[in-house]
Amino acid sequence: MRPKAYVLGTLASTAVVALLAGGAHAQETIKIGLLATLEGPFAAGGQDGIRGAELALKLHNGMAGGKKIEFIKGSSDASPDKAVNATRKLVEQDKVDIMIGPLSGDEGIAVKNYSKTQPNITFINGSSGAQATTLVDPSPNFYRFHTDGAQWMVGLGDHALSKGFKRVFLVAEDYGFPYSQVQGFMAGYCAQGGHVVKKAWVPLGTKDYSSVISTIPADVDALVVVLGGADAVNFLTQYEQVGGNKPMIGGSITVDQTVLNYKGKRRESLLGTPSAGPMADSIDTAEWKKFVTDYKANFKDGFPSPSLFAYLYYVSTESALEGLDAVKGDLSGGQKSYRDALQKLVFKGPAGEVKIDENRNGIGNTYITEVAKKPDGEFYNKVVKVTENVTETLGLSKEEFTKMGLGSRDVPNCP
Amino acid sequence: MSAAQWRRAMNAGADRHAWPRTAIASPAAPPSVGAAPQAVEAAAHSLQRIKARHVAVLIAVLVYPWAASPFFTFQIGGQSLALGLVALSLTFLGGYGGMVSLAQMTVASVAGYMVAIFGTSIDPISLGWPWWLAVVVAILIATAFATFVGWLSVRTEGIYTIMITLAIGVAFYYLTLQNYSLFAGHRGFNQVNAPTVLGINLREPVPFYYLALFCALTGYFFIKYLIRAPFGIALQGVRDNPRRMSALGFHVTGHRVAAYTVAGLLASVGGILLVWYNNQISPESAGIARMIDILIIAVLGGMKHPIGAFVGAIVFVLLQTFAIDLIDRERFNLVIGGVFLLIVLFSPDGLLGLWEQARARLRAGGVQSKLSDSGSR
Repeated sequence: MRPKAYVLGTLASTAVVALLAGGAHAQETIKIGLLATLEGPFAAGGQDGIRGAELALKLHNGMAGGKKIEFIKGSSDASPDKAVNATRKLVEQDKVDIMIGPLSGDEGIAVKNYSKTQPNITFINGSSGAQATTLVDPSPNFYRFHTDGAQWMVGLGDHALSKGFKRVFLVAEDYGFPYSQVQGFMAGYCAQGGHVVKKAWVPLGTKDYSSVISTIPADVDALVVVLGGADAVNFLTQYEQVGGNKPMIGGSITVDQTVLNYKGKRRESLLGTPSAGPMADSIDTAEWKKFVTDYKANFKDGFPSPSLFAYLYYVSTESALEGLDAVKGDLSGGQKSYRDALQKLVFKGPAGEVKIDENRNGIGNTYITEVAKKPDGEFYNKVVKVTENVTETLGLSKEEFTKMGLGSRDVPNCP
Repeated sequence: MSAAQWRRAMNAGADRHAWPRTAIASPAAPPSVGAAPQAVEAAAHSLQRIKARHVAVLIAVLVYPWAASPFFTFQIGGQSLALGLVALSLTFLGGYGGMVSLAQMTVASVAGYMVAIFGTSIDPISLGWPWWLAVVVAILIATAFATFVGWLSVRTEGIYTIMITLAIGVAFYYLTLQNYSLFAGHRGFNQVNAPTVLGINLREPVPFYYLALFCALTGYFFIKYLIRAPFGIALQGVRDNPRRMSALGFHVTGHRVAAYTVAGLLASVGGILLVWYNNQISPESAGIARMIDILIIAVLGGMKHPIGAFVGAIVFVLLQTFAIDLIDRERFNLVIGGVFLLIVLFSPDGLLGLWEQARARLRAGGVQSKLSDSGSR
């Protein structure tokens, strides 16, 4: 029975902390909560996301709208409940004014749902790309200043057809993000007369692809591989071992450094592999080159070039800060004028113009890339085409898109 | 407990609860004592045991929401109580039954999923039954599942119990991850809102806190009662010497499976609180990390007393929420791990063990000073 007093002590101390924390907070600084996955499977990505956000603030000299900006960081392990717990702590305990995050898709949906209970705080998505975040039951104070996972693949279908890939076999991981990616690819591909003959959905982190490989029909022109980099290498190795020789089409996170550094016999056949995404390492514009130079100058321990997460968090943070500049740091009246400013916001980001639609989701560029060889023999993703102003309805009318529905195992379908 | 009490309790248990009933169960039992005087005696006994600190704790937990911010009420208070209830089920199984089951979080998640499937959520899979019906069905299914887990695992001991319950938990995790027709796959169920009952929205921090507190207190006192009741005493006997209990005519397997059922009931209530707390459920809620969290909570608090589960839960939730403020960025899990390591290293019985050590030391000091005071007498 004794330990009850212990509980009492703990409760009393938490109560004291609560009272202290409930005190006044200064208006000279604006607090921004920054949520990323600093633990779990995406820890490296989350860390790079934080770098992107810090870079944006640094280029603003730590100020926006004439006020000092302070980041308060939160962490999740890519699970929705942890993301909401961390967000709730930042909003209700640390009293942040603006929230930036989270990183992954299902977290985004959960944080969006939470944002409805905090109408006086503005939520800006970090890098999560689930379609349902802004398409199903959107929240009036949740903004996403970049495009979603389906938008990242728009134009790749047409490009595949132009390369003569009329019939393809699809292998993808069995969860929300690949569903979106596949929809982005197939929406254009099916409409233009392409056929996805067969789809194989494999669990995340699958090591053995032999059962999938044995079902690949002989008469397909190419394989659409929407797997994370490490899974893609496993798949490629095993496909090569059974003597497979079809070309590959990749998703937004498929043809990364692990795939480009692939050392198998088929290495040369990777040349020309198309993929698509909201950015590419080799964009040939002054804005992108400046972004890469700034990133490299500021983060000696970072990646050789900013990752997708660094780019997306940079854009999200930059949007939050530009919005603050526009209203001169005025967040009064339930942040109404700030939100109006965000809605009207248009600026030139590293990978093209940043703006949002009426669901507060980004409209932006999608880059189609192909694997190419540098003079020193190194492989990289070369930009071959840019699809501009990709909307969340993937270029379809709202009615057509609603009729198709959100991407899933069976949507879209064109065998 | 004195040896005499122990013996009496054991015999009482054998008298009433032996499965199968045997004629030779209790040769040493006193000639039947009337039930009513016994109850009065027990009540008086338990009243005597209530001390100032118990009342103080009860008042503290009751007024806590009025002193704390909504955040502390909900995220720290509510979450601790819900997690504590799941951990309590493990404390009961592990501390009193000697069976460490990693599947308690799985049982809780089964209940959470059932509430989402039978009740309301944004997903079309949900059947939209009234909340009370969904809750009752969820508790029944989850408790049945826990009984099934128990039935599978009670024939194993020690590390094998851990392995088999871990396997069941992981199997359920992958089932929820890959089944889309029933468990909604990787995405899970969103907007599984707590109901509004009699005009009170249980999703609000203070009502949710009191709901969780009510469930936690009920669970706590239920376990407190049960471990003194013949069933609990027999269970502790089974823990300490199953062969002897078996020889005495007790159905060892039956007692163990029944313990899983009781623990499953607690865990499923905790699981429903958790799904309402999180407002959603997804496979990660049933993942290995969460299963181990429950073990950490139980070990952290100490498995020798039911209150340990709640002490552990409070410390765990506080650490998980605020460790990131103590040390920057990606190193904060080091603090959490370090604290666990220190506690387990210096006190195998968790925080309760530390408390007992401190008390023993204080008492020794007090006795000494008393002795020196009264030395002249």
